[in-house]
Amino acid sequence: MSTDTDTDLFSDVDLSWEHLKNRLFLGVIFAASMFGVVMLALLLFDVATDFYVGLTEYNISLVDFFTRDGSRREELSGFRGAIVASIMLMVLVTILSFFVGVGTAIYLEEYAPDNRITRLIEANLANLAGVPSIVYGLLGLAAFVNGIGMGPILLAGAIALALLVMPIIIVSAQEAIRSVPDGVRNGSYATGATKWQTVRRVVLPAAIPGIMTGTILALARAIGETAPLIMVGAIFINRMPYGPFDRFSAMPTTIYNWANEPSQHFIHLAAVGIVVLLAFLFVMNGVAMYIRHKYETEV
Amino acid sequence: MSTKDADQSLITTDVQTGSRDRTDRTHETVVKARNLDVYYGDEQAISGVSMDIPEHEVTAIIGPSGCGKSTFLRSINRMNDQIDVCRVEGDLSFHGKNVYDEDVDPVALRRKVGQVFQKPNPFPKSIYDNVAYGLRIQGKADEVDLDDAVERALRGAALWDEVKDKLDSSGLDLSGGQQQRLCIARAIAPDPEVILMDEPTSALDPVAASKIEDLIDELVEEYTVIIVTHNMQQAARISDQTAVFLTGGELVEFDETATIFEDPDDDRVEDYITGKFG
Repeated sequence: MSTDTDTDLFSDVDLSWEHLKNRLFLGVIFAASMFGVVMLALLLFDVATDFYVGLTEYNISLVDFFTRDGSRREELSGFRGAIVASIMLMVLVTILSFFVGVGTAIYLEEYAPDNRITRLIEANLANLAGVPSIVYGLLGLAAFVNGIGMGPILLAGAIALALLVMPIIIVSAQEAIRSVPDGVRNGSYATGATKWQTVRRVVLPAAIPGIMTGTILALARAIGETAPLIMVGAIFINRMPYGPFDRFSAMPTTIYNWANEPSQHFIHLAAVGIVVLLAFLFVMNGVAMYIRHKYETEV
Repeated sequence: MSTKDADQSLITTDVQTGSRDRTDRTHETVVKARNLDVYYGDEQAISGVSMDIPEHEVTAIIGPSGCGKSTFLRSINRMNDQIDVCRVEGDLSFHGKNVYDEDVDPVALRRKVGQVFQKPNPFPKSIYDNVAYGLRIQGKADEVDLDDAVERALRGAALWDEVKDKLDSSGLDLSGGQQQRLCIARAIAPDPEVILMDEPTSALDPVAASKIEDLIDELVEEYTVIIVTHNMQQAARISDQTAVFLTGGELVEFDETATIFEDPDDDRVEDYITGKFG
């Protein structure tokens, strides 16, 4: 009798259809999440093939690629000037956007009263973060290149990119500052600290890994931006820029330029350039992930 | 009622095991409240509280949730200033000076009235930097031997022996009870006069809590301790004076701890202590 109950205990419960639904749904959402991965893999494969063909069939020498500047003649063209221009842009963008961005975030999170003006600023920031990058290029062209007569120089490009990434830096810094628990702020105030001492000695040190991560990711966006640089006039046979007031063509604009050439050699030069640009992006993202991972256990 | 008798005898025993006798000494009043009202927006959290808190004693504030006991504590060092909608009326004086006067800087006040919070809140810094923090921000780091001051504060918080070999490791790596003692060390390092404690043991296990209780017993030799607790046994064990707040932010009775727990004047206090409500 007891064996009867053992075998028949759950026989009235039929869950097979429910389990099937579970598996079906799992399959659908897994396929959805793999979509991005597959597309990225295809893209990388395409770039890698072109890169390989460029190196073998068109005899693009990596040494020449890194040591020569741009040229109208495809076999003399290199990427050095573009790399240097991009690095200079990054440095200038960091200087221009980091302090203003983090300062804004500190003000909004720690000091700003909860009133109409603060809400207006925050709403504006959210909107600015969504403005298409070419609009920042137009702004740079109208206000700096032509408006105050800077001309199509590297500094004008840096200003356009700095404006572009500033909202991203502000929002990520705000999140990092907000994630510092109020308990430690109160602990600081109760020890007799002023507001600035609390911000400077407790909040910022705790938030700095998050701020750094956000800033690096913002810079990774800036280094790949093409449209604003085209608008400020970076379509240019690239040579080495000799300072922020020189003309320039950065990595993405040089790639764009090469890809527009009819010659297959130039197109494969572009493929090699894309590999270099992607390498920069991966390194920057890797550094951001490393910083996040290193500090996330501590706070 | 039999439950009532049982409860009473339990608490009476605890008072006896606490067995400290400082109450016969007369101490100067350090914090004095007169008709203190505190509002959060339109809601009144404290109404008409008047009490004299003596120095070098442990004053416990007990009462049911939402009775305003924490609000009262935060009024003393003006941590309530952090809350925009909070408004204070009446007098609250520290050594005779109304702390809500125009010319009182709350930062200066908090350097004399330290606080330990309910949830341990060490900074994400090393143990050493946590304790040295108060001295550094108050500009005292150059006047004193910092190593010495940190050691003294950690000894004062009964934490030195446990952390002396790892002063450079993060304060967040300590256990909850150690973190709370670290916060006490941080509060006493700049040598305040009064230490406010807002349910300092409610987030801790009983062993860690009893260490903090022992510590409070020692702290009161040098400091005035005002502690908010919802644990009546704890108040009975560690305090010299007990104030009972009841719902509505009203101070119902304030007397020596033994009197409050053995023979309170007010029926509502008796009901609260014996567990009839609250």
